[in-house]
Amino acid sequence: MYTVNLAIMIPFLAAIIVPIIYKRIQKIHIGWFVFLVPTALFLFLVSFIPHIANGETYLYTLEWIPSYNINFTTYLDGLSLIFALLITGIGALVTIYSIYYLSSEENLSHFYTYLLLFMGAMLGVVFSDNIMVLYVFWELTSISSFLLIAFWYHRKSSRDGAQKSLLITVSGGFGMLVGFIMLYVMTGSMSVREIITTISSFHDHALFIPAMLLILLGAFTKSAQYPFHIWLPTAMEAPTPVSAYLHSATMVKAGIYLVARFTPVFGGELTWFWVVTIVGIVTLFWGSFNAIRQTDLKALLAYSTISQLGMIMSMIGISSVALRQGYSVNTVIYTQAAFAAIFHLINHSTFKGALFMVVGIIDHELGTRDIRRLGGLATLMPITFTIAIIGSFSMAGLPPFNGFLSKEMFFTAVLSVRELQFTSEVWMSLIPVIAWVASTLTFVYCMIFVIKTFLGEYKEEKLEHPGHEAPFGMLFSPVVLGFLVIVIFFFPNVLGDYVIKPAMYSIFPQLGAEDLGQHISAWHGFNTELKMTIGVIVLGTLLFISLRHWKGIYNWILPEKLSFNSLYGNSLEKVEDLSKFVTNSYMTGHLRDYMVYIYIFFIIAVGGTLLNTKAFLFDLEQYSSISEFEWLITIGMIIAAIAMLLAKSRLTAILLNSVLGYGIAIFFVIFRAPDLALTQTVIETVTTVLFLAAYYFLPEWKKEDSKRRSKVVNAIISVTVGVLFTTIALAVQSGKLFESVSSFYENAYELAGANNIVNAILGDFRAFDTMLEVVVLLIAGLGVYTFIKLKARKGDNPLEDK
Amino acid sequence: MVETMLQVSLTLFGVAIVIALYRIVFGPSLPDRVIALDMIGVNLITAIAIVSVILNTKAFLEVILILGVLAFISTIAFSKFIEKGGVIIERKRDD
Repeated sequence: MYTVNLAIMIPFLAAIIVPIIYKRIQKIHIGWFVFLVPTALFLFLVSFIPHIANGETYLYTLEWIPSYNINFTTYLDGLSLIFALLITGIGALVTIYSIYYLSSEENLSHFYTYLLLFMGAMLGVVFSDNIMVLYVFWELTSISSFLLIAFWYHRKSSRDGAQKSLLITVSGGFGMLVGFIMLYVMTGSMSVREIITTISSFHDHALFIPAMLLILLGAFTKSAQYPFHIWLPTAMEAPTPVSAYLHSATMVKAGIYLVARFTPVFGGELTWFWVVTIVGIVTLFWGSFNAIRQTDLKALLAYSTISQLGMIMSMIGISSVALRQGYSVNTVIYTQAAFAAIFHLINHSTFKGALFMVVGIIDHELGTRDIRRLGGLATLMPITFTIAIIGSFSMAGLPPFNGFLSKEMFFTAVLSVRELQFTSEVWMSLIPVIAWVASTLTFVYCMIFVIKTFLGEYKEEKLEHPGHEAPFGMLFSPVVLGFLVIVIFFFPNVLGDYVIKPAMYSIFPQLGAEDLGQHISAWHGFNTELKMTIGVIVLGTLLFISLRHWKGIYNWILPEKLSFNSLYGNSLEKVEDLSKFVTNSYMTGHLRDYMVYIYIFFIIAVGGTLLNTKAFLFDLEQYSSISEFEWLITIGMIIAAIAMLLAKSRLTAILLNSVLGYGIAIFFVIFRAPDLALTQTVIETVTTVLFLAAYYFLPEWKKEDSKRRSKVVNAIISVTVGVLFTTIALAVQSGKLFESVSSFYENAYELAGANNIVNAILGDFRAFDTMLEVVVLLIAGLGVYTFIKLKARKGDNPLEDK
Repeated sequence: MVETMLQVSLTLFGVAIVIALYRIVFGPSLPDRVIALDMIGVNLITAIAIVSVILNTKAFLEVILILGVLAFISTIAFSKFIEKGGVIIERKRDD
C-alpha cells in the first residue's frame, strides 16, 4: 500500500536502469524508454483526481530513521497532486521533445539519468510530509539541476551557470534546513501536518520569525525571487528541454510549493504577508522590466519566468490574509488569491513550457536565437508561429487564452489589498499600481517575442540554416501544451473544481469547513479588472511601437556593472581575494610565526583560565628548605642556560647543554631517583655525541638576522611562558585533591617480586607504556636509518613523488 | 659533626662546579671549555658520593660508575672532534 512512496522511487530506479539499456539497445532511442516512466506515473496520478476531489487524502509512512523522527512519509492531497501532475505530465512531453531535440551523438544516457533523478527528486519534494525528507529531495533537485545545466560541460558558460545556480539554491537550501530544525525545536514534530495542527500555540516563540524567514529564504532562492533571481537567466545555458522543464514548469515552482505548503504554518503572521507579497511584486516588476532589454530569446523567457513566479508568489502572499482575519464574507476574496495563484501556476506551466519549446525549435532549425538576427519566420514556420502566438498572448493576458483568466484574477487580488488597513492607504494602493505597470511591461515583451521573431523581414544571410518547419515529433509537445492553453480558457471550471479546489483545502486547512472553490466565469462583467486589461493593451501597444525611442533608458538606469549579476560576480571574486589575503597574511611559511601563534594561544588559554579561576594561589611556606649545594647547582644551571642564549659558537652551546644535562642528573641523585639519574647521564652523553656527529653537516653558526621588534616579541613570549609554567608548577603543588596512589606500588615485592619499585612499575604494573615506548624507539631508529640510506641518486625522481 | 663536614664539603664542590662553569662560559679556547666540562664531571662524581653518604644509601654507586665512564667518553669525543674536525668514527677504507 505504499503506492505514492513507490511512485517517488520509480524514477530513481529507472535512472539506474537507463545506462544499462542505453548500452544494450542501440537501435531504439533511449528516450522512448524514459518516456514510459512519466507517462505511467501521470496516468497513475490522474486516477487519484476523483478521490482527491472528494476530499480524500493519502498518507503512507515508510520508516527510515524512526529514532530521530525521520520517516519517509508521503502525503497526497490536492496541492501535491497538482504539482505531481505538472511534473509527470510536462515531464512526459519534455521527454518526447528531447528525443527529437537532442542528436544521438550527445551523451543521452547521462541526460536521461539526470532528468529522471530530477523527476524523482521533484516528486519527493511535493509528496514529502516529513520536513527532513523534504529537505533531502530539495537538495537532490538542486544537484540534478546543476548536472543538467552543465550538460554541455565543455562550455565555460554552462559551467558558470551551473555553479551559480548551485551556489544560490544550495545556500538557500541550507537556510531552509536551519528553519526546519527551528520548527522541529519549537513543535517537536517533523511532520508538516502535525506542525500545522500545533503551530498556533507557538506564535510567540522566539524562533518563530527566524524559522519563517529562513524557510522563505530557501523558497525565494529556489523560485528565483528578487534578488536571488540572477541564477535563472544564466541557467539558460542548459539544453532547451531542461530549460522548459526545470526552469519554467517544475523546479522554480518548488519554492512556490513550499510557500503554499507553509502558508497554514506561518500565514497568520503579518510578517509573512509583507515579505511574500512585497518580494513577489518586486520580482514581478523587475523580471518584466528586464525581459524587455534581452536580445536572447531564452534570456527573455527566463526573465519572464522570474516575473510570472513573482506574480504567483505575491498572490499567495495576499491570500495569507484570510488566515489572519478568519473566514468571513469579507475575507473570501483573499482566499481567492490563492485560487488564482494555483490557477496561474498551472497556466504558466502550460504556456511557458510551449514557449521554451518554440525557442528550442527556432534555435534547432535556424542555429540562432538572437532576436536581432531573426524575423519573418511566420510563413516559413506556421505551426511554430501559431504556438508562439498562443503562448505569448496567454502570457500577456489576452483572451481567449488561459493567461487572461489568471491575469484578471490577479488584478482582483491586488485590488483587494487596498482594503487592508495594515498601513496607510497610499502604500497599499502602490501594490496594484506596480502590478499594473508590470503587466504592461509583460505585454511589451510578449509582443517583442512574437513580432520581432516571426514578423518583419526575413534575414537569411544572418542565419546558419535556411528557415523551415520543424519535424512533427518536435512540434508534438508544444502543440499539446498550446492546445491545453486554449482548452483551459474555455473550460476553466473543470480544472477549478476537480484540481484546484482540493488544493485550497491544503493551503487553508483551518478554514476546512467552508466552501473555498471559485467559479471562474466572471470574465464577462465590465469591471475594474477588465478596464485595467484594456489599459495594459493600449499602453503596452504604445510602448511597443515607441520601443526604439525609450530603450536607451536601460543603459543609464541599469548599466551592466550595477546589476545584481556583477554584484554576485564581484562579491565572489572579492571573497576569494579576501580569503586569500587573510590566509596569506598569517600562513607566512616561517616556523617562527607559527610558534608565536602556538605560544600566544597557550598563554591566553592557560593563563586566562588560571586568572579566571584564581588558581594562582600558592604558599611558599609549605615547601622544604634548600641546601647550599642545591642552590649552587641551580645557580650554575641558570648561568649555563643564560650563557647558552648568548653563546658565540655552536660548540660552546653544546657544552653548556651538557652542563644542564649533568645538572639535572645530580638533581635526580639529590631527590633519590637512581634509575633516572643513570638514564639521564647516559642519554645526556649520547645526545652530546650526536650533536657532535651532526655538527659537521650543520651550517655556519649565525646570529639570526631578525628585526629588533620580533626579538622583543620573542623575549616577552618566552618570559611569559616561563613564568606561566613556574606558577602552574607551584600552584599545582598547593592544590592536591586526592591521596597519591603510590602507596599501592609500595607492595611491589609482594605483588611482583620486585625490590626496585621504579622497574616494577615500568616492567610489570604499567608495562604497556613501556612496550609502546620501545616501539617509539624502534620507529625512530628505522626513521634515522631510512633517512640516511634511502637517498635519491642523481637523476632519480625524489622518492616522495613516486 | 660528620654531617656538617659533609654538607660543607658538598657546598665546596658546588662552588668548584660554578667556578668550572665560569671557564666553560668565558674560557677563551675550546680545549679550555672541554677540560672544564671534564672537571665538572669529576666533581659531580665526588658530589654524588658524598650525597650517598648523607642519604645513607648504596643506590647511587652505579651512577658514579656510569658518570665516570661517560665523562671520559664525552671528553674523548670532544678531543677527537677538535683534533680531526668533525668525524668521530672513522669509516673503513674500502667503504
